[in-house]
Amino acid sequence: MRKTLLAAGAALLLAAGPAAAQQKTIKIGFISTFSGPVAVIGNDMRNSFELALDHLGRKMGGIPVEVIYEDDGFKPEVGKQKTDKLIESDKVDFITGYIWSNVLLASLKSAVDSKTFLITANAGPSQLAGELCSPYVFSSSWNNDQTPQSVGLYMNQKGVKSVFLIGPNYAAGKDMLAGVASTFKGKVVGQELTKWPDQLDFSAELAKAKDANPDAVFVFYPGRAGVQFLTQYAQAGLKGKIPLYTAFTIDELSLPLQKDLALGVPGAQQWVNDLPNDANKKFVADYRKKYNSRPSFYGAQSYDAAMLINSAVVATKGNLSDKNAVRRALEKADFKSVRGNFKFGPNHVPIQNFYLQDVVKDGNEFVLKTTATIVKDFQDVHHAKCKMPAN
Amino acid sequence: MTLFIEQCLNGLQFGLLLFMLAAGLTLVFGIMDLVNLAHGSLYMIGAYFAATFTAWTGSFLLGVAIALGGTLLVGMAVEVIVMRRLYGRDHLDHVLATFGLILFFDESVRLIWGPAGLSLPLPSWLNAPVQILPGIYYSAYKLSIIIVSLAVAAGLYFLVMRTRIGMLIRAGASNREMVGALGVNIKLLYTLVFGLGAALAGLAGLMQAPILTVQIGMGEIIIILAFVITVIGGIGSIRGAFVAAIFVGLIDTLGRSYFTDLIRLAFSKETAATAAPALSSMLIYLLMAVVLVVRPEGLFSAGQK
Repeated sequence: MRKTLLAAGAALLLAAGPAAAQQKTIKIGFISTFSGPVAVIGNDMRNSFELALDHLGRKMGGIPVEVIYEDDGFKPEVGKQKTDKLIESDKVDFITGYIWSNVLLASLKSAVDSKTFLITANAGPSQLAGELCSPYVFSSSWNNDQTPQSVGLYMNQKGVKSVFLIGPNYAAGKDMLAGVASTFKGKVVGQELTKWPDQLDFSAELAKAKDANPDAVFVFYPGRAGVQFLTQYAQAGLKGKIPLYTAFTIDELSLPLQKDLALGVPGAQQWVNDLPNDANKKFVADYRKKYNSRPSFYGAQSYDAAMLINSAVVATKGNLSDKNAVRRALEKADFKSVRGNFKFGPNHVPIQNFYLQDVVKDGNEFVLKTTATIVKDFQDVHHAKCKMPAN
Repeated sequence: MTLFIEQCLNGLQFGLLLFMLAAGLTLVFGIMDLVNLAHGSLYMIGAYFAATFTAWTGSFLLGVAIALGGTLLVGMAVEVIVMRRLYGRDHLDHVLATFGLILFFDESVRLIWGPAGLSLPLPSWLNAPVQILPGIYYSAYKLSIIIVSLAVAAGLYFLVMRTRIGMLIRAGASNREMVGALGVNIKLLYTLVFGLGAALAGLAGLMQAPILTVQIGMGEIIIILAFVITVIGGIGSIRGAFVAAIFVGLIDTLGRSYFTDLIRLAFSKETAATAAPALSSMLIYLLMAVVLVVRPEGLFSAGQK
């Protein structure tokens, strides 16, 4: 009798086995900057991620979603601590967010070692596309140098013969300047890297740029520094004299402060507010309705990150313990991206179009507009260095 | 050569701006023996006031004038409400309390003006470059910062060296107890000095606002440089703060402009491109270290004269 009871109990346990693997909630950790002057970026990312969850009915594959937001305080060491906390004590299934390349690089090892899937919604350090690529790391953004490479291609089209490069001295800044230099066919007459994020006065660098007298100046200053740069560019008397080309310097978050200083300054981006696909129309319209402002590319990438995670949860029917299955599902990128076509390269970095964006005045508002496709199905140059383990 | 002149002007402008901040800091530190970490918050308040009042009045100069008065009042209120309770206490208490003030000001600004920051647009007559020497154009606004700062420095010199209040301030910096013992209303003097320091910080903040943006925490990076200047110049010495500020401004700007080329002479282009920005941002601190070794009391020490 006891034996049969035990056997029955064991059978019950066995039967319960697959059910236990089904999760009660999908836990997602979200790391971004929610304090200090760049908190506007973090807020936009969170708003977009929340909007995506609204669109999904706050469930993925029928399982409720719980998101834990953590502030990296704009500092790599804090970002790493928060990543460790999310992985070790919250035991999240996915971790996403990450504005800054240096924060992501510091946090990467924790995610990879614990086999937690990490989807970077902005940061795209070149190491990640190359030697540091991992089966557990995906990007819903780009690799750092792709956008400036597109700008370099555009400057070739415009017949620019010489350029002066200015950017901040950290992982992304170096990637950006190297990116332009790699596709630009003319001469790079000078390059300046400034202390990041402390230095906000660019007078010395601008004086050098003026002295070099190039055909164009290329600049990369994300967040508030982009406003400061454009202001000082005009004050130094360079606006209108030397054409300015940008990457990640003018976006929907900085534009309300840059205003007419940004008019006539082109940039490249993989996503613009006005891309005419259905997913994007819905995203932009609902975002404007809910938050009464325009989403930025940071937000668009976060929205895509949520949709990407959802596609994997749905495909694996919520069984996230099978890491290989989750990885296969993520690699398929079976979701409607707000940027239209979206597919992953072998290093989990998207292969995508890059557009030329221009600032136009719409009534009293300044908005970004797509004016051309600079490059189609653009793949980063680092993927050859990535030795992705087979699945 | 044009470039060198322009860079020197940039350095001078940056130095003078730092002097505005350091002057208030060194006065408060020297006379009241008070470490005020929240000095950067007053810098921020000055900028926020200027952006707000300029938008309200529609006039840049009027907005700036109201903002200056406003910051002076905020400074005096802070002295009466908070700082008065800290005199005679340990420096660690000062640091703790004024750090609390930073958090208080940052959060208040977030509540009042929101997290997104403001911009302070310049009137068009300040927003264009002017010709200062044949063939040399310089930003009219930066030039006006230099002129205003020099005027303020001269006014401060006159106030401290030639007036009765200045005499009391100098006496307070040399020997506080004795000034009190001689029947000077030290409380009022302290409130005035703190308000003056706040107004100077506010002036620095509002002058910097059109170049940078007005944002929460904008004073926290620059205040470190102001502390470096008070240490180099000698605590309590306005003259020391002036000389040290010009030094620091020039070293920082010229370092940023020419250090890369210097390093390139000895090392490869790659090394220079990455090492130079890091090294040039250390120059100021190297200067401070050297001064601390050679003259631990600073270049011009107020206590000894």
